[in-house]
Amino acid sequence: MSVYLELFLSFFQIGLFSIGGGYAALPLIEEQVVRLHGWLTMTEFADIITIAEMTPGPIAINSATFVGNRVAGPVGGIVSTIGCIVPSCIIVLALAYVYFKYRELRMVKGVLAMLRPAVVAMIASAGLSILILAFFGAEGSIGFSQINWVSIGLFSVCFAVLRIKKPNPIVVMAGAGAAGILLYGFLL
Amino acid sequence: MERNRHLFWALFRSTFLISAFTFGGGYVIIPLMRKRFVEELGWISEQEMLDMIAIAQSSPGPIAVNASILIGYRLAGIAGAFCTILGTVLPPLAIITAVSVFYEAFRSSRIAGALMLGMQAGVAAVILDVVLNMAAGVVKLRKALPILVMLGAFAAVRFLQISAPGIILTCGAIGAAVAWRRQKLGGEQPE
Repeated sequence: MSVYLELFLSFFQIGLFSIGGGYAALPLIEEQVVRLHGWLTMTEFADIITIAEMTPGPIAINSATFVGNRVAGPVGGIVSTIGCIVPSCIIVLALAYVYFKYRELRMVKGVLAMLRPAVVAMIASAGLSILILAFFGAEGSIGFSQINWVSIGLFSVCFAVLRIKKPNPIVVMAGAGAAGILLYGFLL
Repeated sequence: MERNRHLFWALFRSTFLISAFTFGGGYVIIPLMRKRFVEELGWISEQEMLDMIAIAQSSPGPIAVNASILIGYRLAGIAGAFCTILGTVLPPLAIITAVSVFYEAFRSSRIAGALMLGMQAGVAAVILDVVLNMAAGVVKLRKALPILVMLGAFAAVRFLQISAPGIILTCGAIGAAVAWRRQKLGGEQPE
């Protein structure tokens, strides 16, 4: 299969099954891009999520463009991005038609009521993968000797600040990045 | 025709500017779209905007893209939707294409490695924070089924390695069955 078609189909699925916006795309991207196709390593996946947080635009679009570019250059980036938004175009317009015609989305609301908890669970799982990466490194072997205590400390501080002061996440990530340069780059 | 071109340009320009300067995805971009199209331009009524947001959130795909499709389609049909999609997608497409060109060189620098390692801990904290808020929303419903679905879905994806589409379809089917039964019993509104 041509690589462009593979990219298109992968991101078509990511677009089709990520319901609830933003972070809902994370588990799907992890599954398609890291586990099924091996287009990115877990570290690169964490990088793109970080980059997506720091740049404008939806996470799904950002990662589609990034992965497409890495795998097959700028054309790959465009193909992946189109794949990611085609399901939206079809389904949004169909739903809008039904909605404006009947003003009734009872069934849709019922389906969403059960999708929401499932989406939370899947985001939690993708988040756990990133957490494991941050704490134990890229090897994936969870052992006491590999524990990155600096990372655990940084994580704890970030998490506490987020819960207590509720700042914009970008501020927290910028702070974590600056602390990372200081700690890993100069002190350790 | 002249008028149409003006409208298409206005749609593209508005969505492009909002998308280019908005960090943090759907939940941030929606209020900005509302401000632009409801308050500043007055092209869409408040109620209509609320309906559109509900549809954008109920549909698959990025919420920002979904909302822009609806706004463009509502104001200028399919061609309008094309303009707003382009306006929303072009900024991240251009920025991330540039990022990926420099990624390799960036990643091999020691300082960048330290920066990304620090931000990794930060992003893990941000995601955990989001997950906790969302899970609290589910628990607060005080209903057994959504909580069971949440725990079951977590076990399925983490330990049984069931694919995400499989989980989405299964849970969607459960929701449809519940809504259908309620409707048949003529009972209360599903939440």
